[in-house]
Amino acid sequence: MTEMFRDRVDVSLTVNGEPVEARVPAGQHVIDFLRLELGLTGAHASCEHGVCGACTIRVDGDAVRGCLMLAAQADGAEVWTVEGLTDIGEISDLQEAFVARNALQCGFCTPGMLVAAEELLSKGEVPSRADIREHLSGNYCRCTGYEAIIDAVETVALGRARKGKA
Amino acid sequence: MKASVAGYARAENVRHALELLAESAGHGRILAGGQSLVAAMNMRLSVGDLLVDISRIGDLSGVTVEGDALRIGALTRHAQLGSDPEVRVHVPLLTTAVAHIAHAAIRNRGTIGGALAHADPAAEFPACALALGTTIHVEGPDAARSIAAEDFFEDIFTTALTEDEILTSITVPVAEPGEVQILEEVARRAGDYALVGLCLVRRATGHRIALFSVGPKPILATGAMQALDAGDLEAAVASLAAEMDPPSDTQASAAYRRHLAGVLLRRAVVRLEGSTV
Repeated sequence: MTEMFRDRVDVSLTVNGEPVEARVPAGQHVIDFLRLELGLTGAHASCEHGVCGACTIRVDGDAVRGCLMLAAQADGAEVWTVEGLTDIGEISDLQEAFVARNALQCGFCTPGMLVAAEELLSKGEVPSRADIREHLSGNYCRCTGYEAIIDAVETVALGRARKGKA
Repeated sequence: MKASVAGYARAENVRHALELLAESAGHGRILAGGQSLVAAMNMRLSVGDLLVDISRIGDLSGVTVEGDALRIGALTRHAQLGSDPEVRVHVPLLTTAVAHIAHAAIRNRGTIGGALAHADPAAEFPACALALGTTIHVEGPDAARSIAAEDFFEDIFTTALTEDEILTSITVPVAEPGEVQILEEVARRAGDYALVGLCLVRRATGHRIALFSVGPKPILATGAMQALDAGDLEAAVASLAAEMDPPSDTQASAAYRRHLAGVLLRRAVVRLEGSTV
């Protein structure tokens, strides 16, 4: 290996609003970095090839697969996980709706599901049930059969729209 | 699993990226959106790479109209393309294609240059590039060159790019008045790779038909194109079946894929005729 390439990379980013500086292994993905180095175990490392969506986090405003982004690539990024979004209350109505509609059982998919759903809701329109299904089609849930999740997201979309008009 | 990477370097610009590639002695691999590469590394399908991260090179991203062509930077993300008003007006096939690619979170990171350089035979963009007559622009250590899409895709995950070159942008002809661009595909679930996909473009000069997920690379079905130009849909469907050599796998048999291709062509032609009224 040449000196131009590093096996450990210095990164400086913000995670849930807090500045973080670290030296990360070149091949480590963001989820392992968040979980193993920062103790943020909300987002899950599951399939690790971008299929299941359990690792979905927010990077620079977009919902992304944490397993398909290297920690080294997060230098300068603004990262939010379910922990931070919970702390600032941004998804509290969504979380309440998930509980009320029984939209989770084991809860493994829920952190990723919430981040993905919030991206759709943040567009400010009321999505159709088909739109909600399509947007969440990259997030697997092996418990609920999805119907309750769609219900919860739809409830929040309608609730926010009512609040916006009020 | 976890990726096994030999090293990482962040390229400041294209020249720097080319220097890094040259330095890597054949172990270099360009990292852009990472939506295929990082998955492949996590599965240890690719091991010991020296990663050249080009994702910060700002001037490789964006869409601009250049006369009668649209130039799309290699790092333009799928989500960005899907919502771009110029793309919607001038190359609507790409807008349509974006909705079929994987899922929202993947479209937020994946790039068009990465999709073309990766050359997955089941992916939408390579077939779109063929159907549209796209030109692919690459830079190497000594010179830049432009490659027609028809000469770019060589085999499964194999393109005309050499190890020391980087795909920097593509140019796509702007749709002429009355041009119609249609994409049809069949997939088992939203976001899955297509069992078979078909792009149909009708221009004043004739029809162009590209197929994906029907073999080791996307193909331009020239026989079917000539038959459609002559107004013979039955001959076009027959020709399509003869021009493809699809695999049989757990998703679909070769015979089913041949059948589906004909179904998709018929659907596309119905939409084509609807659009002429």
